[in-house]
Amino acid sequence: MTYIPTSPKERDAMLETVGVKSLDALFEAVPAKYRFPKLNLPPALTEMEAASLLSELASSNENVRGDLVSFLGAGMYNHYVPSVVNHIISRGEFYTAYTPYQPEISQGTLQGIFEYQSLMTALTGMELSNASHYDGATAAAEAVNLAFAVFRGKRRKVVVSPTVHPQYRETIRTYTQGMDLAVAGDEADSDLQASPEVLLPLIDQDTALVIVQYPDFFGRVFDYTRLIEAAHAEGALVCVVANPTALALFKTPGAMGADIVVGEGQPLGLPMWYGGPSLGFFTTRKQYVHKMAGRLVGETVDSRGQKSYVLTLTAREQHIKREKATSNICTNQGLLALASAVYLSTIGKTGLQQVANLCYQKAHYAAAELSKIEGVGLCFSQPFFHEFAVCFPKPVSEINEHLLEHGILGGYDLGQDYPALEDHMLVAVTEMNSKEEIDLFVEVVKEVLS
Amino acid sequence: MTEPTIFDLSSPGRTGVTFPKPDVPHFDLPDESLLRDDLPLPEVAEVDVVRHYMALSKYNYSVDGGFYPLGSCTMKYNPKINEDTCRLPGFLFTHPLQPIETVQGNLLLMYQMQEWLKEISGFAAVTLQPAAGAHGEFCGVLMMRAYHKARGDDKRIKMLIPDAAHGTNPASAGMLGMTVKVIPSDARGNVDLDALRAECDDTVVGMMLTNPNTLGLFDENIEEVVKLVRNCGGLMYGDGANLNALLGIVRPGDLGFDVMHFNLHKTFAVPHGGGGPGSGPVGVSERLADFLPAPLVGILEDGEEDIPPLYGFVTPKHSIGRMKSFHGHFGGGLVRAYTYIAMHGPDGLRDISNYAVLNANYLAARLRGTFKIPFDRICMHEFVMEGRVEGSDVRALDISKRLMDYNFHPPTNYFPLIVREALMIEPTETENKDTLDRFADALIKIAGEAKADPDLVKTAPHTTPFGRMDEVRAARELVLCCWLPEGYDSEQ
Repeated sequence: MTYIPTSPKERDAMLETVGVKSLDALFEAVPAKYRFPKLNLPPALTEMEAASLLSELASSNENVRGDLVSFLGAGMYNHYVPSVVNHIISRGEFYTAYTPYQPEISQGTLQGIFEYQSLMTALTGMELSNASHYDGATAAAEAVNLAFAVFRGKRRKVVVSPTVHPQYRETIRTYTQGMDLAVAGDEADSDLQASPEVLLPLIDQDTALVIVQYPDFFGRVFDYTRLIEAAHAEGALVCVVANPTALALFKTPGAMGADIVVGEGQPLGLPMWYGGPSLGFFTTRKQYVHKMAGRLVGETVDSRGQKSYVLTLTAREQHIKREKATSNICTNQGLLALASAVYLSTIGKTGLQQVANLCYQKAHYAAAELSKIEGVGLCFSQPFFHEFAVCFPKPVSEINEHLLEHGILGGYDLGQDYPALEDHMLVAVTEMNSKEEIDLFVEVVKEVLS
Repeated sequence: MTEPTIFDLSSPGRTGVTFPKPDVPHFDLPDESLLRDDLPLPEVAEVDVVRHYMALSKYNYSVDGGFYPLGSCTMKYNPKINEDTCRLPGFLFTHPLQPIETVQGNLLLMYQMQEWLKEISGFAAVTLQPAAGAHGEFCGVLMMRAYHKARGDDKRIKMLIPDAAHGTNPASAGMLGMTVKVIPSDARGNVDLDALRAECDDTVVGMMLTNPNTLGLFDENIEEVVKLVRNCGGLMYGDGANLNALLGIVRPGDLGFDVMHFNLHKTFAVPHGGGGPGSGPVGVSERLADFLPAPLVGILEDGEEDIPPLYGFVTPKHSIGRMKSFHGHFGGGLVRAYTYIAMHGPDGLRDISNYAVLNANYLAARLRGTFKIPFDRICMHEFVMEGRVEGSDVRALDISKRLMDYNFHPPTNYFPLIVREALMIEPTETENKDTLDRFADALIKIAGEAKADPDLVKTAPHTTPFGRMDEVRAARELVLCCWLPEGYDSEQ
């Protein structure tokens, strides 16, 4: 089945207007020996057959809304998404539009992004936001690009805390491999118990950017104000990778003095979707706007004097600056930025505070109950939000296998990334986890350890 | 006409969706110094939100609403079934770090997608990780760099890029500190072979070529181009933005390309979403396969008669690393594109390109008498004409805006840079002859208006909810947010 609306009669009439005899004759510029390869692909399915095939694939997974109860986070979180979000972004007017290059007929997309930018500024306590990046990891990598551009390549070091998400640190290394840049601070033997100020000796006049996570990869909430002040004293910029749900409760990175705040937007009304697409938010201070990558929507007026919106400062971007652009990025995550705007608007101030508080309360209940089990302990004593690291007397894989048998998706095995944290599990608890589920989780762990 | 912002609609105490009370004992929040004071988010009811965004949606032009011939963007119809399949609970609600045994459906889909894209493009291996076309390009250029470095060939710093290329090509090379050498086009719109020959030496990383190029023309000397670049030890990058012209027509891998990104949001009907998310898998030849980003999906244990194979993740030997967190744009990208390919099969895919190319040539034939087409031969899925009319000072931008009054989205304008007043028109295969005729008629009528009443065209659009925007003011005043944050220094 195809979506081609042309009848054979119309096709023939069109071929005649073009002046060729057949469809094949349109392709004579293609070298004959490679022309019209036979593709070895399965034959076409009808819509009915495709619907059934895809249903079968989807249902052969075990999902976390019915099949499994999840305590897995580590960068993506199982949150409730109000129905209204999907209804709005399912409007063809939004999802079948392109990048709003023609503002006269794209005000829906443009105002939606403008509101998204405003909401993200409010949430992070920063001065401006762009229209989003691919995800939290690539937004963090783009923060390095920004800092590098601010210092015109003269500062060649990035200090990254070992408690930044391991995949973010990997992505930063991938992005910077052509930049003759040193990434320091996250060595395998780093002291994970230390306060954030442990990074201070590494920050010097050659440091372009310091990157920390908030709450950090282990869920801990630190006030980075002192670290940021010290980094600024050396002239370096500081990027905070933040969880947006946590920002409903905790002091904003903006209030701590951060120069850039980025993060994974998935908790703001987006499905986990086996890892994506989601969005990466990127907020910063006004003085860095010209060095920032990504799309940006600004307010203006139209020829009739109406308030309206356009893509602005486009001269920063690749289609104008070409090889001199800060980044090659040309998309944003438009539709998902809209989804996040709808989510934040619908649940609003009260709703987001409720979600954050539920996460906090339930995570703390789970942590308290787990640490009552003999041989089980919390790794860290600092305040945490909705994720915490817990130490077991047995391998995490063994515990997770048992949990799975009881329909529970256990936490993340920290030993994969941190040799010092063998037998340590990162447990995530959100508003989706009921007390009964937490109790069951604790019961099964008890059973495994007894 | 202006709709207030969601912040303007806020009224203290109003609530939308609320959440249950905690069902666990109370735990105190940490010390107040660690908490925020205020959360300045809007306070609105659900109905306020729905009416607000409904109102905004009506200001948008979309493929569902009409013809969107935006060149190089492949604004084809987005089948509705894809919206349903990508939202099946098994896809929506799976976590990227779940044990592989619990997500075999996802992994099978990804594995088959890799195989299908290999078959369609003629490449040896495919990564699904890149998030968009430009991200795929960056990934490709990283691999080209890694390939030369692994062979100890450190002096290669020069990337050859035709003058017709998308801006992302030089920007991707620039991100890796490479020197960009621009190769001009010849009179037929092909790569100028003499100019290319002059640049081919042992400092060449490779060439980034879009074929068909942004004039919509298939390079008639493609074999010679590939040979020249190969002979000096360079690699061939294919920009897959224009793949909609090539499905079942020719495979870039067969032509000798080493690496190419796919734009699933163009060729394979993933909706553009007002600017994203896209999805940009990358295919590579045997030479680059070991450098692909990690992880890829592979078969960990072969299946037997009644037992399916076990799919899981594998890491290529010399991987450039990870391009982003997790596994790429799975739900919104891969599932939609998978559904689309499954419903087309080999013949359906070939028809996509057949009709995309027929539609472009038909429109070119209808417009040839009125507008100048500077590189005029049989085009592929798009063509570029000059958006100006003899005896009138009306410009391509004016013609674009006037098209809105006829309820069409304008073509891409002022690109590629090598055509004066360029209008780049890509109709795609999903438009019928009537639509194409109405569009051609409108352009011919506008050409007449440009001479008879140029002001009518220069002040267009007239019938849209908004008129032309003051873009200078937007850049000068830089209002990027509905409200001014506390302590905000507007003089900065």
